Amino acid sequence: MFFDSFAEFLAMGKHGFYVWLCYGITALVIIANILAPIRQRKKLFEQQARLQRREKKNASEA
Amino acid sequence: MWEALKRLYHRMGSPKWFYEISARWLPWFAIPAALCLIVGTVWGLAFAPADYQQGNSFRIIYIHVPAAILAQGAYAMMAIAGGIFLIWRMKMAAWVAAAIAPIGASFCFLALITGAIWGKPTWGTWWVWDARLTSMLLLLFLYFGVMALQKAMETDDTSAKAGAILSLVGLVNIPIIKYSVEWWNTLHQPATLKLTEESTMAMEMLIPLLIMIVGFYLLFATLIFMRTRNEVLWHERKKSWVKKLIEAEK
Repeated sequence: MFFDSFAEFLAMGKHGFYVWLCYGITALVIIANILAPIRQRKKLFEQQARLQRREKKNASEA
Repeated sequence: MWEALKRLYHRMGSPKWFYEISARWLPWFAIPAALCLIVGTVWGLAFAPADYQQGNSFRIIYIHVPAAILAQGAYAMMAIAGGIFLIWRMKMAAWVAAAIAPIGASFCFLALITGAIWGKPTWGTWWVWDARLTSMLLLLFLYFGVMALQKAMETDDTSAKAGAILSLVGLVNIPIIKYSVEWWNTLHQPATLKLTEESTMAMEMLIPLLIMIVGFYLLFATLIFMRTRNEVLWHERKKSWVKKLIEAEK
C-alpha cells in the first residue's frame, strides 16, 4: 500500500475532497446505469401483462 | 471465417435470437466487469504511487480517462450502428443505437465532471474554454441531440433514421477531440496513452489504468445488452413469443 495509515489514505494528501467526490459521482453514475434498464424492464412487463389480461377479457366477452 | 461472420450478422438481425443468446452472454461480461472495476479502483486509489507533480489528485485519472475513452468509443459505435440501419435497414442496429445513446451520454458527463473536479486543484479552475474541454462538451450535446431525435418523429422508423443521420454527421467531432490537445496547445495535458508510441506513464501507474479501461468497456457491453433486450421486448411486444414470455413471468 502506498499510504502509511488509513487516515492518510482518506486525506489523499490535500486532495481528499476532489478524489473522493470523483469516485462518489462515478459510483452513482454506474449504479444509475445498472438500475435504469432493470426498472424499465419491470415496468414493461407489468404494463404488457395488464394489457394482455385486458385483451383476453375483451375477447372472451365478445 | 467470412461465412461464419455472415451467419452471425444474419442472426444478429433476429431480435428473438438476440434476446435468448444475450441472457447467456450477460454474466460473461458483467462478472469480469465487476472484477476489473474493483481491482482497478483499489489498485489505483491505494497502491499506485502518487504523481510527483500533481500528488494524489492524479488518481482521478483512473475514472476520468476510461470514461472519456468510452464516451468517444460509444459514440463511434452508435454512429456505426446507425449507418448499418440506414444502409441495410437492419432494425436491430437501430435498437442498439438507441441503447448506446443514454449510456454514452452518462459516461461523457462523467468525463466532463471528473475533469472539472480534477482541474480545480491542478489548474486552479473548474472550467476553461480549452479545445479539448469544448469538444467534449459538444460530444455531450451531440448525444442529447441524437437521443432527442430517436424519439422525435411520428414513426419509430423515421425517428431512428433522424438519430442515425445526426450521429453520423457528429462523427467529425471524434478526431477533433483526439487531436485537440495537439492542434491547439492549451491547458489540457497531452494524451497519457498512445497507440503508436510508448506511454509516458510509469508501469505501476499504467497497469491499473488499463484494467479500469477494460472494466469500463465490459460494463458498457453489459449495459448495452440490458438496454437492447428492453428495446427488443418493446418493439416486438405484439409478437407471440414476447406475449408468451410476459404471460409466463407471472
